[in-house]
Amino acid sequence: MAKRVAIVGTGQTFHKSHRPDVNGQELINEAVQRALADANLTMKDIDAILIGNMDHFEGINYVDCWSVDGSGGVMKPVIKITTGGTTGASLAIGGYHMVGSGMFEKVLIIGWEKNSESDTTGAITTAFDPIWDRQVFAGAISGLAAEAQAYMARFGASERDGARVSVRDRKHAMNNPHAQLRKEVSLEDVLASPMLADPIHLLDVCPRSDGACAVIMASEDSAEKICPVPDWIWGTSAHNTYSYLGDGDWGRLTSMEQCAKEIFKKAGIKEPRKELDVIEMYQPYSFAGLIWIEDMGIIGHGEAPKYVWDGNTDMGGELPVNPSGGVIACNPIGATGLIRCAEAAMQVMGKAEGRQVPDVKFAVSTGFGGCMWTNMLLHGKRKPN
Amino acid sequence: MSEIFKGIEPMVHNSKISVPYSWWAGDTASKFFISLRDARKIIAPRCGKCGKVFMPPRKVCPACFTENTDWVDVSDEGTVVSYSVSRRRLEAIPGDKKVPVIWGLIKLDGADTALLHYLDEVDPGSVTIGMRVKAVFAESRTGGIRDISHFKPVK
Repeated sequence: MAKRVAIVGTGQTFHKSHRPDVNGQELINEAVQRALADANLTMKDIDAILIGNMDHFEGINYVDCWSVDGSGGVMKPVIKITTGGTTGASLAIGGYHMVGSGMFEKVLIIGWEKNSESDTTGAITTAFDPIWDRQVFAGAISGLAAEAQAYMARFGASERDGARVSVRDRKHAMNNPHAQLRKEVSLEDVLASPMLADPIHLLDVCPRSDGACAVIMASEDSAEKICPVPDWIWGTSAHNTYSYLGDGDWGRLTSMEQCAKEIFKKAGIKEPRKELDVIEMYQPYSFAGLIWIEDMGIIGHGEAPKYVWDGNTDMGGELPVNPSGGVIACNPIGATGLIRCAEAAMQVMGKAEGRQVPDVKFAVSTGFGGCMWTNMLLHGKRKPN
Repeated sequence: MSEIFKGIEPMVHNSKISVPYSWWAGDTASKFFISLRDARKIIAPRCGKCGKVFMPPRKVCPACFTENTDWVDVSDEGTVVSYSVSRRRLEAIPGDKKVPVIWGLIKLDGADTALLHYLDEVDPGSVTIGMRVKAVFAESRTGGIRDISHFKPVK
């Protein structure tokens, strides 16, 4: 009964810092209408809906019910998935499971957020243990700062190396009309921007955005009829590492390493650096653009700064990372992971317009969450065996 | 901002909902907190199977999935595994702490996992990974992780 699964349509809003012109349901609807139009389908064709956002960000807990006017979920099965930063990627993996099981033919997947409606830092803090970590905590980017400090100490990387990644992603965002921040910055701009939590400067980190993304998945029974070049899902993986901040192996993202090993083994990918064509990484701050490509197995530990400085991850380089501009340019959190998935799918389908990497055969998209979790999907042009 | 709201009169409803919570620490954490409050001693549970000593304490070993029944004494001195300096006043920082706030992940001697806590009595610029630090207990202790006021460098 198990089926192969493909993405047959994607849709995004034009993400902004504030969307006072629409409420949440209307924002969701914009992304859904665009995904349906992209796949040339109507709501009648959709068998089930998966929707997700961050808990506490809008203070609306029954989002699955509340959003049906916008999502198209009236009289359809609707399931909410919320897993923090990984929400969007978890939604994609959930959709893959539903269609892959053979029980649902076409599934609509929606990630959304109106970050402008609450205090993001306060809301994120509720993700940490109230008895332990929350009592002695100092802001949402603390875990990331711990990671960057430990990586720099272990491998001798510098703040300049991190800034180089931010310069890249912000440049790439110039090609993406959906990105919130479309302004090139220099290394000096990044290093001169205010220090938030050492060694992370303001321009090293993501913004908070209002936006939504929708993806339609279909089984092999209809995928090629809907879409001439569907994006086939070759594999998915999800790993969560710890409960308390002190348990982490700081300076390494072990969940990323495990996801990559699992997926590449399943797909028979032996040299990801050569065999992958593009990566859309949930990279909420610049240093992750160094650390995590090492953990993904693209290059060895401590080698990322040189690899990135040499232009390998730039557009036109050996393995472009974040042609969309990534999370540093745009971050409607509940949608962010699903945007990575949609952007990777667009690359495979040849629909990425001004940010298209030529002839993409394999793409990777990832999700990342507060407790150093990783979700990963492998996208391919060829139908899996 | 002005561009964002161009042509729009933003209509906003401000919520005044307040949802207070009370979190039970549970028997395992309470044992740790009572020892901290009454004896200024740091204790931690050890897995009977793999021998790992957990900080913060936990009832079940996440790897072996068996209940931790042994308790051991852990030193009030340890090593900084990683750290950062928060330079902005954020909601997450307790009201009595003034920025810049330095926090560290501290592996206490005798424990296998690190404890998140504040570093103080040190200049933010002189904190390093690998630095040796010692717990400073709060004068007034109420049975919480802040019964340790902070960690300071070992002279």
